[in-house]
Amino acid sequence: MTTLEGNPPGPIVLWLASRYENIELAQAALDHVCRHAGVPSEDEHWIGIALREAVANAIKHGNRQDSTKKVLVSFRREGDDLLIVVGDEGEGFDPVHIADPLAPENQMKTSGRGIFYIKTFMDDVAFSRGETAGTVLTMRKSLKAQQAKGA
Amino acid sequence: MKTSVTTRDVGDVKAIDLKGKITIGAGDVQMREAIHSALNAGCTKIIVNMKEVSTIDSSGVGELVGCYTTATHKGAKMKLENLPAKISDVLTVTQLITVFDVYDNEQDAINSFG
Repeated sequence: MTTLEGNPPGPIVLWLASRYENIELAQAALDHVCRHAGVPSEDEHWIGIALREAVANAIKHGNRQDSTKKVLVSFRREGDDLLIVVGDEGEGFDPVHIADPLAPENQMKTSGRGIFYIKTFMDDVAFSRGETAGTVLTMRKSLKAQQAKGA
Repeated sequence: MKTSVTTRDVGDVKAIDLKGKITIGAGDVQMREAIHSALNAGCTKIIVNMKEVSTIDSSGVGELVGCYTTATHKGAKMKLENLPAKISDVLTVTQLITVFDVYDNEQDAINSFG
C-alpha cells in the first residue's frame, strides 16, 4: 500500500493478486479512508459492500481468478466525494449486457446481483476500458450528506 | 467476527447458525455445504439463523437463493430467521425479502412449519 501525506489521507493505491482473501485488504484500506473522512459506520458498511462486489467481480469475471493478474484498487478524495477505482487485467466486458436482477425471470438466479448492489449503494458508477486491457470501474460517493448525518 | 457455520437440531428442525461474513470465498460455500448436507440427510425443515451475520454480498445472496431452490425441489422448506437490519436491506433492494420466508425469531420460524 502506498499513501501520500495529508489529512484527509491522499490517494491510496493497492495492487492485489487475484485472490478472494485480498478483498479483506481492500476493505481494510477503505476502513482507513472512511475513518479519516469521518464517514459514519452505517454508510461505511454500504460503501464497503460496493467495494467488495467490485473487487470480487474484478477477480472472478475480469481476471478469471488468475492470481498472476492484478486488481488495482485506489481511493481518492475529490472535494466532498470519495472516489474509488477498481481495475482488472481481463478481457473487458460490455456493461450494457448486464441482466436486470429484478426482472421476474432473473429473480431466482444464483448470480448477477453484484453490479446492481454497487449501483444501489454508490452515487455514481462508470465503466471504461483500461489503458492496456481490462475493465476500470469508477464509483463515487458523496461524503457531504454522510458527514452531516454523523455530526 | 470470525466466520462460522454450525448446525444443531431443534426437534425435527435443522438449524443452521451463521456467524460473521457470508461472502465470496468465505462463508458462502460453507453455508451451502451445511444446507445441502442437511437436505441430503433427508431433513425437510431447515431454518437459517442469521442473527450474527455481519455482512452478506451477492455471492452469499446467490447461495441463499440456490439453497432455497434446491430445498424446494427436494420437497423441503427453508426459512430465514433473526435477520439484522443490514442483511434485511440487502435482500430488500433485490426484492428477495418477499421470496424467502423470514421470521423475527426462532420460535416463530419453528412454529411456522406447523
